Amino acid sequence: MKVKVLCRNPDDYVRETSKDIQRVPRNYDPTLHPFEVPREYTRALNATKLDRLFAKPFVASLDGHRDGVNCIARHTKSLSTVLSGACDGQVKLWNLSKRECLRTIQAHEGFVRGICSRFCGTSFFTVGDDKTIKQWNMEAPGYGVQEEPLTTILGKAVYTGIDHHQSEGTFATCGQTVDIWDEQRSSPIRSFSWGVDSFSCVRYNPVETELLASCASDRSIVLYDTRESAPLKKVVMQLRSNTLCWNPMEAYNFTCSNEDYNLYTYDMRRLDTPVTVHMDHVSAVLDVDYSPTGREFVSASFDKTVRIFPKHSGHSREVYHTKRMQHVICVRWSADDKYILSGSDEMNIRIWKANASEKLGVLTAREKAAIHYNQKLKEKFQHHPQVKRIARHRHLPRDIFKQKRELREMKEARRRKEQNVRKHSKPDSVPLVTEKEKHVVTVVE
Amino acid sequence: MDSSTRKRVKMAAVLVDDDEEELSPDEENMISASEDEEDIDDDRKHTKLLEAISSLGGKRRRMQAERSEASQQVSEFSVNAEGAGEKVKLSDLLGCAEETPGAPSKTKKQLRKLQNSKETLELPLSRQQTEKIQRGVAYERSSKEVSRWETVIRQNQKAEQIIFPLKQEPAGPKRVEQVVAGWKAQTPLEQQIFSLLHSNHQPVTDPVLTPVEEASIRAMSLEEAKIRRAELQKARALQSYYEAKARREKKIKSKAYHKVQKKAKRKEFLKQFDEMMKTDPAAALEELKKMELSRMEERMSLKHQNSGKWAKTKAIMAKYDESARKAMQQQLELNKDLTQKLVVSSDDDDEGGDDEEASALPDFVNESASGSVNPWMRGKLSSEGHEVTADPVTTTTDEPASSQTREEEQEEEEEEEEEENEEEQLLRHFQTKRKLRQDKEDDLVPVTQEEPDAHAGAQEDAEETARDVQEEEMVEEDEEEEEEEVVSEFNTLFNRLMKSTRTPTEPPPQGRASRMREAELAHDEEGLLDETPVRACTMEDLEALVHHGTAEETAASASHAAGVDTSSEPRSEKEKKKKEIDPSEVLTKDANVITVPLAPTLVEGEEGEEEEGPSTQMSIIKEAFAGDDVIADFLKDKKKQEEAGKPKVVDLTLPGWGDWGGVGLKPPRYKRLKFRLKLPPAAPRKDQKLPAVILSEKRNSSIALHQVSQLPFPFQDSSQFETCIRSPVGQTWNTQNTVKKLTAPKVVTKLGSIIEPPRKEDFLPDRKSAGALKQRPQIVLEEKGGKAGKRGGGARRARRRRRQKK
Repeated sequence: MKVKVLCRNPDDYVRETSKDIQRVPRNYDPTLHPFEVPREYTRALNATKLDRLFAKPFVASLDGHRDGVNCIARHTKSLSTVLSGACDGQVKLWNLSKRECLRTIQAHEGFVRGICSRFCGTSFFTVGDDKTIKQWNMEAPGYGVQEEPLTTILGKAVYTGIDHHQSEGTFATCGQTVDIWDEQRSSPIRSFSWGVDSFSCVRYNPVETELLASCASDRSIVLYDTRESAPLKKVVMQLRSNTLCWNPMEAYNFTCSNEDYNLYTYDMRRLDTPVTVHMDHVSAVLDVDYSPTGREFVSASFDKTVRIFPKHSGHSREVYHTKRMQHVICVRWSADDKYILSGSDEMNIRIWKANASEKLGVLTAREKAAIHYNQKLKEKFQHHPQVKRIARHRHLPRDIFKQKRELREMKEARRRKEQNVRKHSKPDSVPLVTEKEKHVVTVVE
Repeated sequence: MDSSTRKRVKMAAVLVDDDEEELSPDEENMISASEDEEDIDDDRKHTKLLEAISSLGGKRRRMQAERSEASQQVSEFSVNAEGAGEKVKLSDLLGCAEETPGAPSKTKKQLRKLQNSKETLELPLSRQQTEKIQRGVAYERSSKEVSRWETVIRQNQKAEQIIFPLKQEPAGPKRVEQVVAGWKAQTPLEQQIFSLLHSNHQPVTDPVLTPVEEASIRAMSLEEAKIRRAELQKARALQSYYEAKARREKKIKSKAYHKVQKKAKRKEFLKQFDEMMKTDPAAALEELKKMELSRMEERMSLKHQNSGKWAKTKAIMAKYDESARKAMQQQLELNKDLTQKLVVSSDDDDEGGDDEEASALPDFVNESASGSVNPWMRGKLSSEGHEVTADPVTTTTDEPASSQTREEEQEEEEEEEEEENEEEQLLRHFQTKRKLRQDKEDDLVPVTQEEPDAHAGAQEDAEETARDVQEEEMVEEDEEEEEEEVVSEFNTLFNRLMKSTRTPTEPPPQGRASRMREAELAHDEEGLLDETPVRACTMEDLEALVHHGTAEETAASASHAAGVDTSSEPRSEKEKKKKEIDPSEVLTKDANVITVPLAPTLVEGEEGEEEEGPSTQMSIIKEAFAGDDVIADFLKDKKKQEEAGKPKVVDLTLPGWGDWGGVGLKPPRYKRLKFRLKLPPAAPRKDQKLPAVILSEKRNSSIALHQVSQLPFPFQDSSQFETCIRSPVGQTWNTQNTVKKLTAPKVVTKLGSIIEPPRKEDFLPDRKSAGALKQRPQIVLEEKGGKAGKRGGGARRARRRRRQKK
């Protein structure tokens, strides 16, 4: 015989813990919950306001260097360790969670030009103005033992940058030529030059690990393949690029920071026009680094600000600055996508949050749900004028603000003039040049 | 030596010179080094001098360096043998070739030809050019390699949610064997066991997977496995469809149907037999023997000769009943058929064609594709198939039951039956589908009956019936369409399986992607940051910010509106309004009217109970509101609004302009006619026919602050945007799971984990694994179909056939 009984799933009414709120069955009939759009709109507005209220991106400052910080590198295996090199030749290792210096090394005489960690995280390399490449152990030497490099390579010319291969024992340096080195050898296994006097930056592609790109002082960006004997291609721009960074999730995209206040994202397969021109800085952009998720990148500029750009966006979504931060020379995104480190002229390394209003630490499930809901609401109502206005508001120092206005006026004037010229000349005699095309001079094969 | 050879030699010399120019510092070094040996070799120096002088007379100075010192870079041209100064001529080399007897005459001839030919060789490309070409080739190669990532990148971009780090270690506890290394078998028993395991290539440390199994796992990725599983599921579902179909066909009691069926089957069998005669004569012979046997049996027995008990009863009935007569006739025919000697039929051309098709495709495909009216999709599914039915030949003539009753019976039977899980599920699925369809039909009919309430008379009935008929037809068509869909779906699936070739998904044209990106960019331009020297620290600041911004906006809009007024073009204004998004559509949802069917009856009941109630109430209300006449006030108000909304006459006459002006003087008639402008009447008000409502059609400035004035970028039209805004995401309106799904963030990162860039071996398929992919077993539907046949109708059919032969 079949006995029919009422049965309920205890999951519907039993709390997970006694501190949890009581579960109440809910009637989702839409007539019982009217005005959904106005109510959600209000929530969205509040969420945006709170977002701006809690936007406190500055986390900490690491001070200890006695000269401007010239380069920063992240440890490949440890999130809490960061290496930095200063203009007086000192290299410091920092513990981020304790915000203290672990170790100080007088690595070079003159600037420390470049620093990079080995892929396994056991040692790191530095190059300096004293024409040497030095490899150091990541572990501190025992008490009373002097700091000495594992290996030292004396070169012919100054090295201006270094980068290590993603998974092999080779690294690349740049100076008068771009050299590929084997860790075991004292002479480069390959050196590329293409009629250029000096290079300022060289970076390995983190995805297609045999590819390299470098910025040269003749305003060009040169691509290399370590398997080939000759460089691949170069693109000459109107002004010099200072540094570049490959997108760690997209093998063919890279972004370079340029002296003309802009950043350019290129697809390496189509170098004739950049994919995107990122504008907002009001002075030369000195450094750029991608977030490990490849969705955004951060740029450091001579105008004393750090800006965060979405990879496809022409303008920044965030600008960080403080009163005391001077020209920002180097910037890095942490490997867990949460923080940004910036090293500047006034000897400090600053730690910023990548999302200005993010709550730090472990979140409870309900907190997470609320954050996600607010995020979704902000996204949904982002086009509404009030929400937009609040979400976009940022404070800028007065001089940068003025400079920005000035630049805007200049740009507008130029545009107007061009328009007038076009209007008063024969049709098609003044060609329309897009912003993207303007900055590329040639592509050399 | 003729001129051509000289030319060639000269060219070689030029080439040598090219290289020598680069090496010139080395050479000089060498020369200086040789000068150090002055005292040792004096006359050599002299000869060198002479040589130098003699070469001065020539067209170009040519130096052959001597290798006198070990150095890193040695040119092949500076290595010299004795007699360095002498030039090697082509004729010297060729001369010895002519003399040697071993050289084939062919080469000799070629050499001679070469000597006689006048044309010069082409210059090799310059170093710059060769390097350029090399670079071009290298660039092409590496950009092609990089492009392999395109699909992965696109996938990541499109993904609803992407979780970093991309390559995550499987969670959960690990086995001790994986963690602890260096455990060894010690006791003899253990050693014995392990030796046995080793000899059989069984896993020792990891007790789950053998190396072969692991390799197989590695060969197939999760996605592939999922695809394969889905394919298998589909195939299994198909199999069960056909089982069900066979079972249903089995249950059909219509004699006519079975007769046709049987005839077709026999025909097919004969065809098959013919085929078999060609391909497999031995099997055909066996079949033939079987047939012969069945014929013999038939001839021996009195089975179909109308001599049984049943036949006798029928014979009595036959006088009056035509069907009985027919049945007897059939029996006799059957006998005749079975006892007839087998004649091998000659195959027709078209039939042969069909045959080929049949061989190419499994039979159920043909059936489903060819039968436009598919009985098994329309009819009720039966699941009696497992019972072994009586010999179809001996089935008695049952009264043809109506399809309705039969269906009911089948339903009942179905309930009672217990079968294998899968099949039952499938059947249930079918049943529910069918029920749904029936429900739809049922729903449709009452609606049509309700609709024409307003009309009356016989006409209405006629219309109704007509409509009903139409609707029924529609439903039938729908059904047919559904069937066709099923069939076509199956066919496509089958085709896909048959092809079993994987066409790699080509990346979409780059132009589109770039355009998309550009569009995004265009959109982003709008979303600049508002960078001001003002710092907003509190909620009040933020609010002030908003008002500041909106004040500007409203000012702008006001000036805009003024402009519109002066231009006095209501048309254009309307168009403007149309472009803007209606606030009522964006921010409010029209209140749903809750119709409670019981309410009016209740009210009526109350009225019935206390008839004097309303009147007293009315009087009370009237008493209470004696002073203010609300309704009249409202009507006045409405009238006022209407008046205000009407277009007014614009008087542009200037008194005193062209004639006398002053108090009490009216402008003349012609002026009034000319300068008093009557505007066209305004559009009818929306509340014209709503007596108790005032609808204001003015733009509300307080709402305007919150309105979107332009259609935002990704949306094509305002309705899209409105629907997007209208659907709520919060927990107040949605269940928890829905909210979770709706608010899932696009990028998820794990706290405290390093996000590494993707590695090539994890994301790009190697050639090796691609090979494995090709090798992996594909589903062969023919096999499946065959199996289905065996499990479902096929086996039974075969049995039946055997019985027939008997």
